[in-house]
Amino acid sequence: MVDITSAGAPTRKPFVMRYPSVAIFLAILSLFTICVTVLGEGFGIGVVSTSFIKTLGKTLCLCLAALAMDLVWGYTGILSLGHMAFFGIGGYAIGMWLMYARTEVIVRESLSAAALPPTPQEISDGIATQIFGVVGASEFPPVWALAHSLPLQMAAIVIVPGLLALVFGWLAFRSRVTGVYLSILTQAMTLALSLYLFQNDSGLRGNNGLSGLQNLPGLEAVPQSQISILFFWASALALGLGYLLCAWVVSGKFGSVMRAIRDDESRVRFLGYSVEAYKLFVFSFTAVICGIAGALYYPQAGIINPAEVAPIASIYLAVWVAIGGRGRLYGAVIGAAFVSLLSTWFTGGQAPDVSLGFFTIQWVDWWTILLGLSFVAVTLFAPKGIGGLIDRFTEHRSPERHGADLGPDAGALREKEALE
Amino acid sequence: MSNLLEVSGVSVSFDGFKAINNLTFQIGSTEMRAVIGPNGAGKTTFMDILTGKTKPDEGHVYWGDKPVSLLSMSESQIARAGVGRKFQRPTVFEDQSVQENLMLALKNNRGPLAVLRFHPSRRDHEQVAKLADEIGLAKVMSRKAGELSHGQKQWLEIGMLLAQDPRLLLVDEPAAGMTPAEREHTTEILVEAAKTRAVVVVEHDMEFVRRLNCKVTVLHEGSVLAEGSLDHVTRNEKVIEVYLGR
Amino acid sequence: MLFMIQRALLLLIILMAPTLVSAQSADAPIQLILQSHSEAIVKSSRKTIGPAIDALAQSGLPEAQVVLERWQAKEMWVNKESGLFVFAVKANGGLQTFDVSDNSETGIADKKTFKQLKPNSGIRSMIAAALVQFQLNDPIPENRQTALTAIERDAQPSHLIALRGSLEGEEDPAIRLRKTRLERLLTIRFDEDEAARISAIEGFDGDLSVEVRAALNPLIATEIQVGEVVPEGSIPVEVGSDELTESQAYSFLVENELAPATVSPQAVKETLIANIEGTAVAGIQVATLDDVAARETAYKLLAQQGLADPLVTNAQKAAEIEKHQFFRTYVGASLPVALAAQAALDNIETQVALNRTADLILDALSLGSIYFLAAIGLAITFGVMGVINMAHGEFIMMGAYTGYVVQLFIPDFTISILVAIPSAFLVTFSAGVAMERLVIRWLYHRPLETLLATFGVSIALQQLAKNIFGTQARPLTAPAWLDGSFVINDIVSISYIRIAIFVLALIFLALFLFVMNRTRMGLEVRAVTQNPRMAASMGINPDKINMLTFGFGSGIAGIAGVAIGLYAKVTSEMGSDYIVQSFMTVVVGGVGNIWGTLLGATMVGTLQKGIEWLNPSNTLAAQTYMILFIILFIQFRPRGIIALKGRAAEV
Repeated sequence: MVDITSAGAPTRKPFVMRYPSVAIFLAILSLFTICVTVLGEGFGIGVVSTSFIKTLGKTLCLCLAALAMDLVWGYTGILSLGHMAFFGIGGYAIGMWLMYARTEVIVRESLSAAALPPTPQEISDGIATQIFGVVGASEFPPVWALAHSLPLQMAAIVIVPGLLALVFGWLAFRSRVTGVYLSILTQAMTLALSLYLFQNDSGLRGNNGLSGLQNLPGLEAVPQSQISILFFWASALALGLGYLLCAWVVSGKFGSVMRAIRDDESRVRFLGYSVEAYKLFVFSFTAVICGIAGALYYPQAGIINPAEVAPIASIYLAVWVAIGGRGRLYGAVIGAAFVSLLSTWFTGGQAPDVSLGFFTIQWVDWWTILLGLSFVAVTLFAPKGIGGLIDRFTEHRSPERHGADLGPDAGALREKEALE
Repeated sequence: MSNLLEVSGVSVSFDGFKAINNLTFQIGSTEMRAVIGPNGAGKTTFMDILTGKTKPDEGHVYWGDKPVSLLSMSESQIARAGVGRKFQRPTVFEDQSVQENLMLALKNNRGPLAVLRFHPSRRDHEQVAKLADEIGLAKVMSRKAGELSHGQKQWLEIGMLLAQDPRLLLVDEPAAGMTPAEREHTTEILVEAAKTRAVVVVEHDMEFVRRLNCKVTVLHEGSVLAEGSLDHVTRNEKVIEVYLGR
Repeated sequence: MLFMIQRALLLLIILMAPTLVSAQSADAPIQLILQSHSEAIVKSSRKTIGPAIDALAQSGLPEAQVVLERWQAKEMWVNKESGLFVFAVKANGGLQTFDVSDNSETGIADKKTFKQLKPNSGIRSMIAAALVQFQLNDPIPENRQTALTAIERDAQPSHLIALRGSLEGEEDPAIRLRKTRLERLLTIRFDEDEAARISAIEGFDGDLSVEVRAALNPLIATEIQVGEVVPEGSIPVEVGSDELTESQAYSFLVENELAPATVSPQAVKETLIANIEGTAVAGIQVATLDDVAARETAYKLLAQQGLADPLVTNAQKAAEIEKHQFFRTYVGASLPVALAAQAALDNIETQVALNRTADLILDALSLGSIYFLAAIGLAITFGVMGVINMAHGEFIMMGAYTGYVVQLFIPDFTISILVAIPSAFLVTFSAGVAMERLVIRWLYHRPLETLLATFGVSIALQQLAKNIFGTQARPLTAPAWLDGSFVINDIVSISYIRIAIFVLALIFLALFLFVMNRTRMGLEVRAVTQNPRMAASMGINPDKINMLTFGFGSGIAGIAGVAIGLYAKVTSEMGSDYIVQSFMTVVVGGVGNIWGTLLGATMVGTLQKGIEWLNPSNTLAAQTYMILFIILFIQFRPRGIIALKGRAAEV
């Protein structure tokens, strides 16, 4: 939790100095980046495998998405079950360019041997046949109109999730849909999007998704071990900048309004703040962050398909934030990193089986059950999540909330005597 | 004296029950008014209509020097237009410090982008400090509002209301749960406020109303039963019947 | 050995006999017919046999049936010398022969003097078709029915006459009706007389059956044709419309050899490649030929040199198209018949559309009742108690798996379903109570945390089911009496299982209303949800009531699981297929009102079916658009169809 000094002296120290948690976080992140670089294969001594560096890079992207989720849920009280959809859209946006450009290289190469130099139409037809052969089409659908241009697709990473969030949020907030209703509505939106992407005629290769995204066009000569480090740096940079930006947003009066909306949105309205505008801003802003995180994640994953956009992914995002501790930025990062790495470890078959004599627990099968149950346990017994542990070591202690809700439906720290 | 607020012929019903029935009400720009009435007279619904929480089925609510209708405005627009409301139960942001609560209420640009770039000026800090002093919370500025006593929360809410600098103050039972000394202080603040703005106080406590020494409107079954000085309305037979005849 | 010699002698005597005995009726009418087609019959080729079979079938001779039957059974032989046909069966190494005209025995003959006719399967089926007309008059009613079925399946023009002939003598009223109807249908298809066809067509006005439409449809077949003028009765076709694009029109002209063929870009390319000389084509550098315009310029140069066919320009194409008139002509029948058929079909289509709508409504209702079943448990836990249970779908799944396990132990499907329903209720009731006690009770009034905690339970239960039952779908078989459909006509029908689900939904509605409004428990539930403190002070134990209510809602989800399992597959993920739709149903209907849930389910079901009808190939799209529609709907009625108003709504 960022600490706001209350004496009110308007002397302005640098932002990072005022909020030690931000400085500590950035220091740890830089240290971690340096360590990984030194240990990695690309530029270092090669102790850590390339695939593990990719996993770490992906984890950083997930942390960035979790930051966004914390902003929208932990600080503003909107339990969005749709932010992984924005993450996926970012991935699709960059994936389209990667796939187009990479296929273009291949097609140009194969056509260069022909007797006549190829026309633009022939090249485009060749690319389309390569990409859409799996869904039985050979023409570019309209959504691919900008796929040839990296800057335009980069713009799409920001614009498409932002615009979708803006339209959806405007519709939902305008009609005062709040609390669980909003959660269900966002879940429905995610479901609709993933069902749409599952169709072959969505123009995004149906359930095949986009693949081969780890191959960067123009960088064929650079080995994957180095590319993975480059992406790791980019992810770390994005996370660092994202953290700084989010910390700046929540630290000032804006953060104060956000938390006020979370705790009692109608009171905020009577203070003259347009709650809908604030929610819309936070919802769209975080959607953009998720889009960027997704655009960094999928080139490291190599493949994106509609299952990645399914509602379950967004719920997992909420799970990470809850386990890490919502309402504090580092909590979201810790939760996402901890749970997703643990999950990789368990589902990757690296965890040793537990023999109970009559029955052997194989973690590949039982990890999800453990996760589900531990999630129930965290909700019930440790509403502050892992972040709550950190409170024990710092002097700063937020008031004991006795597990009271952080949502808008029942104000925080409800006054017991007033309810009598 | 020109009227700041004009309510005419307003009715609202919930599932057939008429909570407000053809209500007409005016208040000047610097006037104190007490609204009294038995339970269920429609006092809270009346305030809900003024603040935009409830939309009436019929009638008009005009506001300001160049009258505009409040009915087409949202809650936040009405609040920005200068209507401040204090709730019966203190509703302050308990997870935030007294300082933050006051800063949140302080009259400033409410737009998201302006708030994002907002940095409190020296004047803002002074104003907050002055308000905190007035409501007796200067020593607990950095404490979370949730840690305050019930009475302190009442004060904080009054402070937030004043920080908004509204042209019309709607105050719902401000003295509930206060010590006599605090009531005295509350009265002073309200009377002081009424010199520069309109104040509507909803109150059960006749003693408190008497101390406010202002015009009184009696509500009953959603419409105005009587209006005038306290002595005038307490002599009114219908009022006596409503209050005692039950 | 001795025996063998005796046999040989006997044979010799017999062989001598027939030549004497065979006072063959060589001039019998049937034999004459056979003789006149003798060559074709002996040659036995499918291509040439037609006239022979027709001649026999249409001879009107009663013995023709026997001839055809025995021919089909490979029992007809031909005398190699005289060319006369006989029936014969092998007997004692010789051949027992019969006369073709009256089937009388004509003695035993030497096999070598006769040749067996072996019609192949193609010919045999042609014979079978010809035989149908005889079977139409068969004294056994079943055979007549069989013959009618055969005609319906593969009608021939000859059947029309046979059918008409057999109408008179038909005494069985049901068969007579069937014959009359079939005769009308065949009249439409085969009658030469236009007036008769038209009157038959008009007789079927408004008939919905598939065979009428099948008979009428070929009559209105049209074809685009091209000519100088549009003939009478043809419909002009605009070039450039969706019906006929310009390129289609031009290729049509090319097909009819009315215009020169176009040169495709591919052909341009190949011609250019073929004419490359060094690094240039027609004097143009190959390296510059990287766009269409450059290639066309080079090609034109080649064409000028006579090395290629000339390129047809767009202007030329347009001019060619301009010269011709395109029109649609009826090709299935003559104009009056086609028009009558068109009119009758139009009329039928209206009827069909009405009936389709009815069928669609039935479909929508049955889908709606499935959603209602899935959602009614939620209407209790979410609608009445305000507890959001993301594991609701997993309770449905548990119910379905309970049904599956019960069927493993009880093989009789009727009994097993009767056992499965209460067991599913018990299992999910217990699960619901356990969950309420262990999790939800601690989270009342914290809906977002309830959502996440129950979601945790949901993923754990889903994985547990996967670990126990595997990932493949498990069957939950309906009893035999639920198989099949209730058929109203060729368009409107509904399967019994859907009717059963519909009835079950109604029963649940009644049960819910009864429990909530007429029982002590319902009263206590309403009291606790409206004001727990007050209820507690009146001696109601809110803990117990909450627990039981939650259990009740979960139990109903279990029963819904059995019903849904009968209709869809049982997998560990089936719950998540329904959870979003179920919440939508409750939210759209209006939380806290069972009638709202009913309306919501009907609306969601109707919507989904309606969208599927608009875009039948794509159920995924239907779901996508339905969800989008619901999101928009909530804009206009945020509190659902049936909304609580005033202060009650703010609780």
